[in-house]
Amino acid sequence: MSSIKIELRKEDIDKINEVCASFNNEPLELINVLHKCQEHFGYLPAEVQEVVAEQLNIPVAKVYGVVSFYSFFTMTPHGKHPISICMGTACYVRGAEKVLEEFKKELGIQVGQTTPDGKFSLSSLRCVGACGLAPVVLVGEKTYGRVAPDDVKKILKDYEG
Amino acid sequence: METVKLTIDNKQIEVQKGTTILKAAREMGIDIPTLCHMELHDLKIENKPGGCRICVVEVQGRRNLAPACITKCDEGMVVRTHNPRVLNARRTVMEFILSDHPKDCLTCPKSGRCELQDMAVRLGIRDIPHQDISEMSTYRLDTSPSIIRDLDKCIMCRRCEMMCNEVQTVGALSGINRGFTAAVAPAFEQNLEYSTCTYCGQCVAVCPTGALTEVDHTPEVLRALADPSKTVVVQTAPAVRAALGEEFGMEPGTSVTGKMAAALRALGFDYVFDTDFAADLTIMEEGTELLGRVDKFLKGDKNVKLPILTSCCPGWINFFENNFPELKDVPSTAKSPQQMFGAIAKTYFADKINIKREDMVVVSVMPCLAKKYERQRPEFSVNGNPDVDYSISTRELASFIKQANIDFLNLSDEEFDRPLGESTGAAVIFGNTGGVIEAAVRTAYELYTGKKLDKVDFEQLRGMEGVRKATIDFNGLPLNIGIAHGLSNARKLLNDVKAGKSEFHAIEIMACPGGCIGGGGQPLHHGDSSILMARAKAIYDEDASKTLRKSHENPYIKQLYDEFLGEPNSEKAHHLLHTHYFDKKKKIIVKQ
Repeated sequence: MSSIKIELRKEDIDKINEVCASFNNEPLELINVLHKCQEHFGYLPAEVQEVVAEQLNIPVAKVYGVVSFYSFFTMTPHGKHPISICMGTACYVRGAEKVLEEFKKELGIQVGQTTPDGKFSLSSLRCVGACGLAPVVLVGEKTYGRVAPDDVKKILKDYEG
Repeated sequence: METVKLTIDNKQIEVQKGTTILKAAREMGIDIPTLCHMELHDLKIENKPGGCRICVVEVQGRRNLAPACITKCDEGMVVRTHNPRVLNARRTVMEFILSDHPKDCLTCPKSGRCELQDMAVRLGIRDIPHQDISEMSTYRLDTSPSIIRDLDKCIMCRRCEMMCNEVQTVGALSGINRGFTAAVAPAFEQNLEYSTCTYCGQCVAVCPTGALTEVDHTPEVLRALADPSKTVVVQTAPAVRAALGEEFGMEPGTSVTGKMAAALRALGFDYVFDTDFAADLTIMEEGTELLGRVDKFLKGDKNVKLPILTSCCPGWINFFENNFPELKDVPSTAKSPQQMFGAIAKTYFADKINIKREDMVVVSVMPCLAKKYERQRPEFSVNGNPDVDYSISTRELASFIKQANIDFLNLSDEEFDRPLGESTGAAVIFGNTGGVIEAAVRTAYELYTGKKLDKVDFEQLRGMEGVRKATIDFNGLPLNIGIAHGLSNARKLLNDVKAGKSEFHAIEIMACPGGCIGGGGQPLHHGDSSILMARAKAIYDEDASKTLRKSHENPYIKQLYDEFLGEPNSEKAHHLLHTHYFDKKKKIIVKQ
């Protein structure tokens, strides 16, 4: 990867500065700052991490270290319809892995990625507290229960057009 | 002092409270193996992430084995360092570490001095199981002007991260990702070139494996030596002579100046010169600049930039260009000795022997990896022809001598060639922290006061403290001198300068702990700081053994000014021997 040009709109820089200031620019609050930033931007592109590093006066390598370590943080924007497959114990034993594989196959992307048209992104998570419906798939705010691999095509159809 | 009593391997010991089991055991002569742990005692540097688990021991009453490097001794503790349970655990840990490590030892640049390889030997590893369940990481190779990163070989000891962040406060490297893909890398896995890396090479100096190594330029040097149309000139930095012998099994602290000159001649260099000559030249230029600034200051010039900062160290130059660009007109404009040498060799000396600069190849042997980057800065070239063509490290020179089957240990001492091989004691101490400023004081004192120094040794400027201060009486003018080695210490002094609070007239800064003797291109010390202390002593001894110990007394320096440069800081000297600095700090751009 070549050098990253840190170019951002003024309102975005102001927003990051505001988030950092709300934590008194305290380096120990890095994770909280990143949470707030991801909440606002939807993801944490390199440029955002550079500004956070500058504001908290810590190396950007450290910020990236944290972002790359925690699976919650992402550097790719979510799709318009973020798909999450529960891989908690109950869902897992009832075949969540096969469902996930089917989604990967249908969308042609891996976990953590977004389709080139920006429509869907794929993630896995641990237990959404709906074990009675296992295996569970979330698309945006909508919950699908007792999902079988054969249902995947049908679910994706709901978001066509 | 509160102490605790404990038993290690059936022997009683009493240690200070807070001592780790590892240290207590070593006090008793029990050498618990370690891999990630590293301590440079004299420099107060310690890495103990407790990550590798090679140092596990059994503590009676505890369910799990304890890592000795981070477990503190308790009253009445009973520790076993080598029972079957411990030995099996160590072997298993090692097998897991090796399971996803590349097996290309035969061609690895670290082979023969790899701590992981040594540990495999020590633990008697004969088989590497678990390879079927481990994932080999596939990081791409990152080659910068100085350093090669091959992160497939990273074992996450995090020594480099500690050096980069704590000792140097450079912050180029951080632990990233998790599991099999965990590694230490610059932000966003960019190339090192685009990070804040200063190429100080301290990460390379402490890396136990082949994950971090230097770019090897010996093949290019060999090609130049084989080309009959080229006149190949070599220069050797002061710190190289105090460490090169270690690569041939000599005691640390053995000065090998004469053997080194002989070996270089045997390798086929046409002229065997010395960077020490250029160090003397640096003192003439930098010392004159210092006196000029002090003089202006005393005459009430408010715009004069004080303190003056030394500019010999390319790691340090990279550091302030990245971190303190607002201070870029504060350091001395004098080029480093390596670059002064190149500039003089390809003008003055090329004229003398009547060849074109394009037909001359200048090779430098340096204790340093940042020199590799420095020599390729565009401002140090004339029409695309660099003043210094190749820079190789002390380690690379040793390897080159071995490849050429030269019996280094039995070489008779030889002298450097003249004129660019003559130097004074002031030049050789450039290799130690405090040495450049001591050399500058010797010359500046005599030039300023017009008096001869009774004693040329300035003990108050020596030592291994990270930040040192001294006041030297220049005939009624008290000159405040600051010294910092290790970039975290430099940062402290720089913050004061930035805030206008600095009390100093002159500050010497060296990027590497200990100065050049501890440079990133030196033989690996493997965490033994007594090696650095021995090198420092060798440097001061060599200075003391010289007849001429002040740069301005070097007859060939005088000749250079008489025949070519005129006087220090003359227009010609400025053109050839001085430089300027750049703002390299990353900027946040507002998108319109």
